[in-house]
Amino acid sequence: MSDVQRGWTCPVVHDQTDRITLAHGEGRRAMRTLIGKRIAPLLGAADSCALGDAAVLPVIDRPVVMTTDSFVVSPLFFPGGDIGTLAVNGTVNDLAVAGSLPRWISLALIIEEGLPWETLARVLESVGRAARAAGVEVVTGDTKVVPRGAADQLFINTTGVGELIGDAPHGPASLRPGDELVGSGRIGQHGVAVMAVREELGLEPPPVSDCAPLVEAVAALRRAAMPVRAMRDATRGGVATVLHEWAGESGLTLWVDEPRVPISPVVRGTCELLGIEAIHMANEGTMLVAVEAGYGDAAAEALRRVPVSSRASVIGGVVARNSEPVLVRRATGREFPLDEPTGAVLPRIC
Amino acid sequence: MKYLDEYRDAAVCERLLGKIRARASRRWTLMEVCGGQTHGLLRWGIDDELAGIVELIHGPGCPVCVTPLESIDHAIELARRDDVVLTSFGDMLRVPGSAGSLQDARGVGAGVRIVYSPVDAVQLAARCPDKHIVFFAVGFETTTPATALAVRQADELGLTNFSLLVSHVRVQPAMELLAADEHCGVQGFLAAGHVCTVIGYEEFHAFARRFQLPVVVTGFEPVDLLAGILACVEQLESGRYTVDNQYSRSVRSVGNRDAIRLVDDVFEVCDRPWRGFGNVERGGLALRPQWRAFDAAVRFPRASLPVVEPPECRSGDVLAGRIKPPQCAAFGRSCTPDSPLGAPMVSSEGACAAYYRYANRRTSLDVTAGDDGVSNDVRAAT
Amino acid sequence: MCLAIPGRVVEWIERDGLFARARVEFGGVGRDVNMQCTPDADVDDFVLVHAGIAISRVDADEAARILEALAELQLDEMDEPQDGREAAPPTRR
Repeated sequence: MSDVQRGWTCPVVHDQTDRITLAHGEGRRAMRTLIGKRIAPLLGAADSCALGDAAVLPVIDRPVVMTTDSFVVSPLFFPGGDIGTLAVNGTVNDLAVAGSLPRWISLALIIEEGLPWETLARVLESVGRAARAAGVEVVTGDTKVVPRGAADQLFINTTGVGELIGDAPHGPASLRPGDELVGSGRIGQHGVAVMAVREELGLEPPPVSDCAPLVEAVAALRRAAMPVRAMRDATRGGVATVLHEWAGESGLTLWVDEPRVPISPVVRGTCELLGIEAIHMANEGTMLVAVEAGYGDAAAEALRRVPVSSRASVIGGVVARNSEPVLVRRATGREFPLDEPTGAVLPRIC
Repeated sequence: MKYLDEYRDAAVCERLLGKIRARASRRWTLMEVCGGQTHGLLRWGIDDELAGIVELIHGPGCPVCVTPLESIDHAIELARRDDVVLTSFGDMLRVPGSAGSLQDARGVGAGVRIVYSPVDAVQLAARCPDKHIVFFAVGFETTTPATALAVRQADELGLTNFSLLVSHVRVQPAMELLAADEHCGVQGFLAAGHVCTVIGYEEFHAFARRFQLPVVVTGFEPVDLLAGILACVEQLESGRYTVDNQYSRSVRSVGNRDAIRLVDDVFEVCDRPWRGFGNVERGGLALRPQWRAFDAAVRFPRASLPVVEPPECRSGDVLAGRIKPPQCAAFGRSCTPDSPLGAPMVSSEGACAAYYRYANRRTSLDVTAGDDGVSNDVRAAT
Repeated sequence: MCLAIPGRVVEWIERDGLFARARVEFGGVGRDVNMQCTPDADVDDFVLVHAGIAISRVDADEAARILEALAELQLDEMDEPQDGREAAPPTRR
């Protein structure tokens, strides 16, 4: 990787003593020391020996839900989180929106040779903190060190296992005309936060990622016995991508009322300035929920009772398929086709 | 946000739409010159609302569309050099040169970096003395003060590792070419509000008189766009052709004198090839000789051979309003947004890409709805 | 061709020269903007910003005048739409 992708930290030679080296990846002893003495304590593992190559999980009398995801965000740190919080919450949220209670995760690190130990330690502390906040336990993991250039500083894979609570939502194929769409919070915050750091946009205050576990939000819907058809965390491609995916899977038309979509003043200003659309930008702690007709307001109210979704609101609905899969009603009161984002969103000047 | 939200007001838009519909006794054909206005018209669905009443031809005011292939190839060539980092606006990254885009080049290790402002590229040069920072200066008159300022700042800082690859264009010569073209059916122009913010609109008086065409300086929000269209229709209906300023909160007749002085100090008018147009006399701006030290084209002359546009691409005719995209034989066949031949198929606000999406949608409507498919087919084809 | 966004001048940082700049606020977010071309903008004035530089000071009086005129824009009897189109179709067909 060239320096260009790294946000221009000038390649000044630092003290070489405390960096991850290829030896950590090859030597058994160096690796054991790295994991046992240094990584495990940061993760808050009660017993460092427990962090072995395999974890034995207790038998539970409910169906288990499993997911896996890899995290390659650049830069590693951004306001509101880092690759560690992202690696936990991304996987936790995939489990939560599938209707399960997240219980255990694995943590696989792919480290580029030369990564400062301090950087890794910061990320691992975040992983530990995020896992505790989300109520999951890091039970197994893996560490690989690759030669310089073979990875961009640090990649993380997490696999998560959760237990299904009640019935799983039937998913987007079960959507019906009249269903209501609820957004769990302000949109676009993660994508804008990462773009602002990556492109060094000099924004003040810097936009902050929404990276957070949605476990409590899903539990709130469950407690209120909401008839949920589908839930999805609106990650890459933002809310627009979820709407397109659901429209495709249901064969129906989904619409959103743009003025009702919650958006922070910081994200709003940034999007206007850069000519980008918040609805295309990634979220990491915000989900879209489809509920049966008539339950939108109740679902939003249930969500608002927990901090992670305190700004939930009904933002749209489902109608029979017309000429467009997804429509957006703009402030002018008119409805327009909403495009699916293609490729990376780039700031524009024209 | 102040000065944005008021201009997106539903009730005001509704009244303006009603007024335009009521005022138009026939169908008028207007050209919005600026790509930013095209973006606004499509985003707010104004073109659709006025279908059959006012036809809006998307003009050439999109730097993404008119930056010549040679310039993009040259930029990619510079980005591939080990000692150079090429900076530009996000808009330019996906535009294809003769062999891939800047984004493609970045994917195989070329030094390409997006900046929000040319003056940020100067700061980058100051921070990274071991690299040469080239700013790929595209855009119309609106953008020229920022790039002129970048050159002046680099000079004041004594930087020798900063230069511009200049591909700036001027809007009026292109408007003159279009207006003089007998096949061009444009009956009135919406002039670009932000270009006029910089250069003013005094020069448009002679243009309006010479071609007997109304020119309305227009802003970018839906209320601005509709007010501009209404003012143009009013002129057409009463047989007038003058210059009208509907963006008066930002545009003064003389423009911004400080900005004009800055630009004049650094740039001079030159002939420039426009993608799809060929050479446009006085259609560009180049660095004045005293600023040659900051000219990337002088410092790193182009090594690659000049290239030709794919012959089947008729983007020039599309940009000039001579044909509609579906009348091009390549449209939707060898040329799609996924593999574009010409620039208007690249940019999301490019005329060909807009038509492509529109036409596709009508096809799906025919299948699922079927009731008004005929009229929509007609609309898509005319 | 050109995205330019109005922002409120919050504070001048450097008053003169090529590096004249001010903190400008766009909705909830601020950025340093070069003010070389708008030396007469005061704090709380709005400037139009393109590619990091202010290209004009928004004329508040003129904006108010035009908005007022637009707000008073009325459709009179003769101005009824002639083609009988629905003013606001509920959804696209």
